[in-house]
Amino acid sequence: MAIIKVQRPKLSPGEKIYFGAIFKGMVITLRHAFRSLIGKSTGAKELNSSGVGITMQYPEQKWDDQLPEYYRGTPALVTDEQDRERCVSCQLCEFICPPKAIKITPGEIPSNDEWAKVEKRPQAFDIDMIRCIYCGMCEEVCPEQAIYLRPDYVVTGTSRKEMVHDKDRLYEIGGKRVGLVNKWNDLK
Amino acid sequence: MDIPFLIAALIKIGVFIGITMTFVSVCVIFERRFSAIIQDRVGPNRTMVPLSILGFKKDFALPIGGLTQPVADGLKFILKEDFTPSYVRKVFFWLAPVLVVVPALLTMAVVPFGSPMEFGDTVIPMAVADLNVGPLFIFAIASLSVYGITLAGWASNSKYPFFGGVRSCAQMISYEIALGLSIIPVLMMFQTLNLGHIVEYQAAHGWLLLPAWGEGLSLERWLMLIPLGISFVIFTTSIFAETNRMPFDLPECETELVGGYHTEYSSMKFALFFMGEYAAMVVGSALIVTLFFGGWSIGFGIDGLLPTGAWWVSLIHIGCFLSKVTVFILFFILVRWTIPRFRYDQLMNLGWIVFFEAALINVFLAALVLAYPSIGLMGVIIGFIILSAAATLLIIIAKGATQKPSATAV
Amino acid sequence: MSEDAPASTVMAEKKLPKDLAAEKGLVNVQIDGHWIQVPRGTRMIEAAKMAEKEIPHYCYHPKLSSPGNCRMCLVQMGMPPRPAPGADPVYGEDGYQEIGWMPRPVIACANTVAENMGIRTSGDLVEDTRKGVMEFLLINHPLDCPICDQAGECKLQEFSVEHGRGQSRFQETKIKKPKNVDIGKNIRLDDERCIMCSRCIRFMDEVAEDPVLGFSQRGTHTSVTVHPGHRLDSNYSLNTADICPVGALTSNDFRFQMRVWFLKETKSIDTNCGTGANTVIWTRGNEIFRVTPRQNDEVNSAWMPDSHRLAFHSLQSDDRLTRPLIRKEDQHLESTWLEASAKAAEGLNMRQPNEVAIIASGRLSNEELYLTRKIAQTIGTDLVSIVPRQGQSDGKLISADRNPNTTGANLIFATDEACAKLDAIREGISAGRIKSLIVLQEDLMEEAGFKQEDLAKLDHLIITHTHANATAALANVVLPGSGFAEKRATYVNVTGRLQRTNQAVIAPGEARDDWEILSALLSHLDKSYQAPASMDGVFNALAAEIPAFQGQSFGSIGDLGVHITQTGVTIPLLEQEKARKESGIIVG
Repeated sequence: MAIIKVQRPKLSPGEKIYFGAIFKGMVITLRHAFRSLIGKSTGAKELNSSGVGITMQYPEQKWDDQLPEYYRGTPALVTDEQDRERCVSCQLCEFICPPKAIKITPGEIPSNDEWAKVEKRPQAFDIDMIRCIYCGMCEEVCPEQAIYLRPDYVVTGTSRKEMVHDKDRLYEIGGKRVGLVNKWNDLK
Repeated sequence: MDIPFLIAALIKIGVFIGITMTFVSVCVIFERRFSAIIQDRVGPNRTMVPLSILGFKKDFALPIGGLTQPVADGLKFILKEDFTPSYVRKVFFWLAPVLVVVPALLTMAVVPFGSPMEFGDTVIPMAVADLNVGPLFIFAIASLSVYGITLAGWASNSKYPFFGGVRSCAQMISYEIALGLSIIPVLMMFQTLNLGHIVEYQAAHGWLLLPAWGEGLSLERWLMLIPLGISFVIFTTSIFAETNRMPFDLPECETELVGGYHTEYSSMKFALFFMGEYAAMVVGSALIVTLFFGGWSIGFGIDGLLPTGAWWVSLIHIGCFLSKVTVFILFFILVRWTIPRFRYDQLMNLGWIVFFEAALINVFLAALVLAYPSIGLMGVIIGFIILSAAATLLIIIAKGATQKPSATAV
Repeated sequence: MSEDAPASTVMAEKKLPKDLAAEKGLVNVQIDGHWIQVPRGTRMIEAAKMAEKEIPHYCYHPKLSSPGNCRMCLVQMGMPPRPAPGADPVYGEDGYQEIGWMPRPVIACANTVAENMGIRTSGDLVEDTRKGVMEFLLINHPLDCPICDQAGECKLQEFSVEHGRGQSRFQETKIKKPKNVDIGKNIRLDDERCIMCSRCIRFMDEVAEDPVLGFSQRGTHTSVTVHPGHRLDSNYSLNTADICPVGALTSNDFRFQMRVWFLKETKSIDTNCGTGANTVIWTRGNEIFRVTPRQNDEVNSAWMPDSHRLAFHSLQSDDRLTRPLIRKEDQHLESTWLEASAKAAEGLNMRQPNEVAIIASGRLSNEELYLTRKIAQTIGTDLVSIVPRQGQSDGKLISADRNPNTTGANLIFATDEACAKLDAIREGISAGRIKSLIVLQEDLMEEAGFKQEDLAKLDHLIITHTHANATAALANVVLPGSGFAEKRATYVNVTGRLQRTNQAVIAPGEARDDWEILSALLSHLDKSYQAPASMDGVFNALAAEIPAFQGQSFGSIGDLGVHITQTGVTIPLLEQEKARKESGIIVG
């Protein structure tokens, strides 16, 4: 690599004392502060919420309606239109999950069940939302299209235990998804 | 030593520590809100008085949201886990934060908050200790806080805190010299070391940097503005360096040292560093105001019109003093968001090569101006020539010191 | 060799490769362009394995006969063209004849190699063939990998990725076959997944000698079934799940428990009988999920009885001892190791040597038995015995001796019968002569024939065990030990083979390795005893002292073990296998 010598600007003695520049800088800062205070800074008009700046006032103002379809929020399990569990607990999401947030206990569907043909479903399905990094790998890897990242992003709790989403909670968030899944198909 | 004196001292200690601590909180909220305004943000604007915890129906919202933020901050610090790493030197690790806060609070003892009150025959000065060696006391105690920071860095037994501690140690010692030298012209002017008297003098004869009334209207006095102005600049800058504020916050600069000397600290111990830093800032502001801007005096001769010693006058003066301090605190914040951080060698050069020499020359310059009545014009001219020669010599030496050794030189 | 080296060099210039190989009983085979020498009569698939070329296969298994019905191992074969009558074969510069490649593929599993043969395991013909075979195999496959337990170790998955088309052209409806069929105690059958490799049928017929499996129906409807009126109840049935290349036969015990890709494999041996079958312990975290056999042609071939592989469940039962216990009046109180071993030693120190007896176990490892011997020597007692555990051999892998380490005990205690003194101890206790007793990993009530009232006469009873039991209930000091999967240890099987287990999981609670318990006890008894820092230290001391173990170390044992003594005992299944191998039915 060639060495490029950058010539530093020659400063006049007045500039060398710096006080002029420092003073000028402080005036600029102050002027900006005043403009910001009276609500004339850049972008203030579009988001005239706080009165001071461009910050969005979160709980009152939300962007939920502008979230894209593919927004990666909390992962959740979905059922099909007949409320059947799509998940067969193949544990691929547990395997792929980079922060190891998913824990599945597989279980067998009892033979007297209408869908005993499917054989397997999760007995327990826990996602630790403290660990989850919302990467969407679980959704990508799922062979049964059973896990999706929903646009919910408000995950709060007052204890670690509360932050672990169990199977019921995951189905509650996930809701239904319409679309063909082969495992119900008797001809397949 | 009589009983009323003791009672008055105790009350003053309580009140002034209260005021200082309140000012630390004010600093915090100012720092956060003013910074936010400068940066087009909002800052903390929601903290209320959570009356609902106490069983009330609604929380009490203050007219300006977020005023109780410092209380919330403090509570958070107290309630956080106080984590002491296993590898630290425990005694010093615990001692360090104390050594930072205590000197900062101690120095407030000699600062006159207002004009003296009179109760009958007793005159109560509005400073905890009306010492005759005020500035010396302040420098003596303030220089102790370097121990706190250095100890914190060393006791943490971890590399970044150690760097922070070493940097801060070198920095504070360097700037203490400039700090001490820079106020010598001021003291020469006042001919007293009692801060109370200094302020009274300024109230009567015009502030040091604004000699616009009383005896301040003489030509000599205005000539003195040159050395005093230099003093002010050096003093203020050195205060910035002493309080580890931007642009001199190298001991804790996040980009290089994580958190500097308090990297390993958490909870209330960290809060003590925080408080110590802000208390130092308050003291620094108070000192600048006292020395250069007339302390509690309202100025423009108004103080002379008010009755001496009345309690309400004292209160007005305290208010005046605190307003000036507030302005300076805002100035501190303004500087923080305007001037970028120095490089460490630049910091050292500025301290040792620029400020030290400038303060030294400044002392003689002030002496020349002050000596004018006794040595006459001729004496001043000769003195000025000698001083110029000495200054030129100093500058040449200083230039030589900053020159890098040439790579080709043997 | 070196004396006639010049002569042989001269000869070699004239000799052709085929002659050189023939001298050693080998033949030259060209595999993917490289010539190698393999023994005469080697199957092509084995020859390719020697050349480190993998030929995909389903039905072929070296321990079973080769019907060649999966067609997955098709390769291209070539032989030198037959010379015209009267003409001599033409040899090239390298001494080989030119290979004439056949236009049709052959199966590599059932054909043997010949001199100057060529095998192509890749190339257009072979790859097209594999694609075609894979497509046929997958036609009726349900593709339920997310549900199937075999996923992750399924040959169908692996080969369809490696050799398959990736997409099916099959438009028609798939054949439906029975799923989730209960065919035996341990095995579940899913006929849809079956690819008719017949490995399980051949295993049950040839190895387990219980031919209950077979094919029924024809064509695409062919399916594996059990013979009507029979069930797959053989004690070797789980081996069919191991050799099943797909998920058609799965283990009831392991069914839907865990995906195999989460499991960590630890090489170990089975400690339920004297055979010491080599195993792999599959764990996730601190939990054992299954135990499968590991091939060792000197011990267990590639098989293992079901009863032994399911025995690991007892290690995960709730009645494990987890903390040292000291008896105070009528109840056991939890204690610390330091206190418990001091208390144990205290009761021994105050006794005359002949008032102390030790009942060790044939289930203890060599290291533990060696420390037991040291303790007996320190105390000065010669009343040391193990508890015999004789049963019926099943004529295959389960040995009559159900102790895994009787041979080791005999070697270490330098007797012919380590259990000889058991009767003397029983009498001594009953007569009140023996006041203190150390019991190591044994429950005296059930298998050793001790009576509760006799044991109650003892002043001081120390027991180490993994589980709570009747003897422990009477003991003054109870020390929790480790099970077979929880420790690294060596055992000598009935044939005199030194083998080792490795630690797969951590013992529950505060339970310790038995050698640590014994070592601590020994330190209390003999203040000059320097406890070794690790298991290897104990083994090295053992190897230095016991002649049979001379020169051995943990490293020298290896995964497959070494023979250290001759006992004259043979393993019946290996004998049967040897006969089949000699008759050429299997490769072995």
